[in-house]
Amino acid sequence: MSDSPERAPRVRPAPEAPVSRRVFMRRAAALSGGAAAALAGARGSAAADSGADPADDGVPPHVPPWSRSLGAPILASPYGVPSPFEANVQRRQSPGLTRTPQSSVAFTPLQNLFGIITPSGLHFERHHAGVPTIDPSRHRLMIHGLVREPRVFTLDDITRYPSVSRVHFIECGANTGMEWGNVAVPTVQYTHGMLGCSEWTGVPLATLLDDVGFDRAKARFVLAEGADGASLTRTVPIEMALADALVVYGQNGEMLRPEQGYPLRLLVPGVQGVSSVKWLRRLKVGDAPWNTREESLHYSDLMPGGVSRQYTWIQEAKSVITSPSGGQVLLDRGYHEITGLAWSGRGKVRRVDVSTDGGRNWRTARLQAPVHTKALTRFRIDWQWDGGAALLQSRVTDETGYVQPSLRALRAVRGTRSIYHNNAIQTWRVDPSGEVSNVQTL
Amino acid sequence: MSRRSDPPALALLLVLAAAVSPSAGAAAPPYGFGTAATAAQIRAWDIDVRPDGAGLPPGRGTVAEGQQIYDAKCASCHGTFGESTDYMVLAGGAGTLSSDTPVRTTGSKLNYATTLFDYIRRAMPFQAPKSLTDDEVYALTAYVLNLNDILPADAALDRESLPRVRMPNRDGFTTAHGMMRVSGKGDVASVACMKDCAAEIRLSSQIPDYARDSHGNLADQTRPLAAVEGIDTSRPAGVPPSPDAGRKGTAGARPAPGADLAKSLGCTACHGLTSAVVGPAFRDVARKYAGDAAAPARLAAKVRQGGGGVWGAAAMPPQPQVRDADARAVVQWILDGTLQ
Repeated sequence: MSDSPERAPRVRPAPEAPVSRRVFMRRAAALSGGAAAALAGARGSAAADSGADPADDGVPPHVPPWSRSLGAPILASPYGVPSPFEANVQRRQSPGLTRTPQSSVAFTPLQNLFGIITPSGLHFERHHAGVPTIDPSRHRLMIHGLVREPRVFTLDDITRYPSVSRVHFIECGANTGMEWGNVAVPTVQYTHGMLGCSEWTGVPLATLLDDVGFDRAKARFVLAEGADGASLTRTVPIEMALADALVVYGQNGEMLRPEQGYPLRLLVPGVQGVSSVKWLRRLKVGDAPWNTREESLHYSDLMPGGVSRQYTWIQEAKSVITSPSGGQVLLDRGYHEITGLAWSGRGKVRRVDVSTDGGRNWRTARLQAPVHTKALTRFRIDWQWDGGAALLQSRVTDETGYVQPSLRALRAVRGTRSIYHNNAIQTWRVDPSGEVSNVQTL
Repeated sequence: MSRRSDPPALALLLVLAAAVSPSAGAAAPPYGFGTAATAAQIRAWDIDVRPDGAGLPPGRGTVAEGQQIYDAKCASCHGTFGESTDYMVLAGGAGTLSSDTPVRTTGSKLNYATTLFDYIRRAMPFQAPKSLTDDEVYALTAYVLNLNDILPADAALDRESLPRVRMPNRDGFTTAHGMMRVSGKGDVASVACMKDCAAEIRLSSQIPDYARDSHGNLADQTRPLAAVEGIDTSRPAGVPPSPDAGRKGTAGARPAPGADLAKSLGCTACHGLTSAVVGPAFRDVARKYAGDAAAPARLAAKVRQGGGGVWGAAAMPPQPQVRDADARAVVQWILDGTLQ
């Protein structure tokens, strides 16, 4: 795959000082007007006050202005926000994907996340009737149906139960759904960004079902319903409800964000995100599935021949390289760390292999420990880029032995119209210019 | 220091442990938290309907009644005949699911009419869910089925007849797959080959050059670190960027704060900046009230109280949750800013 090193790639060297200056210029420009002006002003006046060389950009041998002045006081931001220089890292929507912002998707910027935890403010959004503003003191969870004692719970009630905290991913069933037929979007944010992983805190659903005395002989399914305008409903099988489903109020050490279901949501680990019903208001135990709109008209997988698979709950093993990835450009040859995420709805990630030649040869990547079950798993591998063209791929094997399929193998069974559950191997093409782009190989 | 104090501390703990009642730490379900749900509480919230008709309320509605309600409350988004692709397409697509261009509509894909009733009752109309009576939901269900030639024009629906409606795609679903259980088998069995694998490396799809900036300038969408940064897609492919020139990002294209406010308040669900959606375009509103000194206060009140009949059949629903200050700010932005 590699071109000869002699062929000069259009790669710009990335020495420390020029990069900082370029980055500063662009970031300052990307800030909102006031902040940019303040930054530029502070920078200019510091240089002027000290009578320093106008070329003083604060890198050695110069001393930067923040080393020669007082910083902001405590509580300048009682709830902290990222540095203004991090403005590039935010959720985004894909143009033209949906008609109205109340029933739409905002994608997680996977290309810039470290480790396995998604910052709560960057966790992808998917709502069906907007984000409700719920007063927790007036929120109620009703559990009824095939139970001995139907009950209504306040947040006080739910948080009195013994709690657990667990790390799990949530992936929308439609993640990568735009890519079934062809390449449609440029970056990993849009191809794989309906994905997040948090430490969730709550009560095992089994504890609550036991406490209301659910009918062990007749119970087969649980209906979960949201308190938003859509009151979205999904059928959850009783085995999953009892195995590891949680009624969650905590996310990454604080209460859930409104976009993630404040003050209460369901979490069904390993299952497509729509089942983890947000703003949870009702759980009904029953003996048959409900065939709700979001498990018949939508979130069912249209197969070749026209039949749709229904109740396709499990998110099968999947992985993706997040850096380098589509839309990025490598500024230098030589060492680069290839890193990405792997996960499986059936358990733990066992192994991730990485190819830089389009799948001909593979090397096994390092996995970040500990590896949690049904959680994002960070992988990393060393790579010397020789400046030639390369095709980067990752391939996960989970603890059941299931190997992430190629796009060709997956399409052979599922066709290209199913929207949901595209867990194929992703390919990023590295051009000799350093540009990385989203491609498909067949 | 602390190490030396360990033994006495441990001894103290043991003494304390012995003094506490042995049952104090043991969790003993049932916990019994929460309050018994009353029949009235359950009745009010228990709105789900199953394919066998379980959960359907009393009531009745006809296709003709449904058309009246549909034209007033649904057609602005779904189109007069349920054909609008802007939102969920309600009608058409019959027989297309096995084709290369499947058209997924309520008529072509849904398997049970009970699900249509359940969804309308819980989630529609989009801006005012749960505002319809059960009779109205039966009527709308009947009308949407009529739009799909599933029910005749003189049909009526109630809790007895609705579960008996046979949707064209009743048998179009299967649960014969491995994704219902954690222990299920995947339908693609791959082998993790490591060396000289028979991989096809022909590029079959990539983003065409003309669509390079379809998602905005990617230079602004990644953190430049570790000798990696975002591609400047404001310039054509193959044109190497210079170190500083042209790297100002897309700051100029940032929407005004008023636009952010309109978005966050949900105004943009029904109003476009320059084109009518359900409600009129902001620009047309600004033109209509240009020079009207009393307009800002009047329109801000209207945002919160609702209105109707000024721009067409679709009524502006009341938005009491919008703070007065926000309503005034967004109205001022509409009147001031969008004309330019």
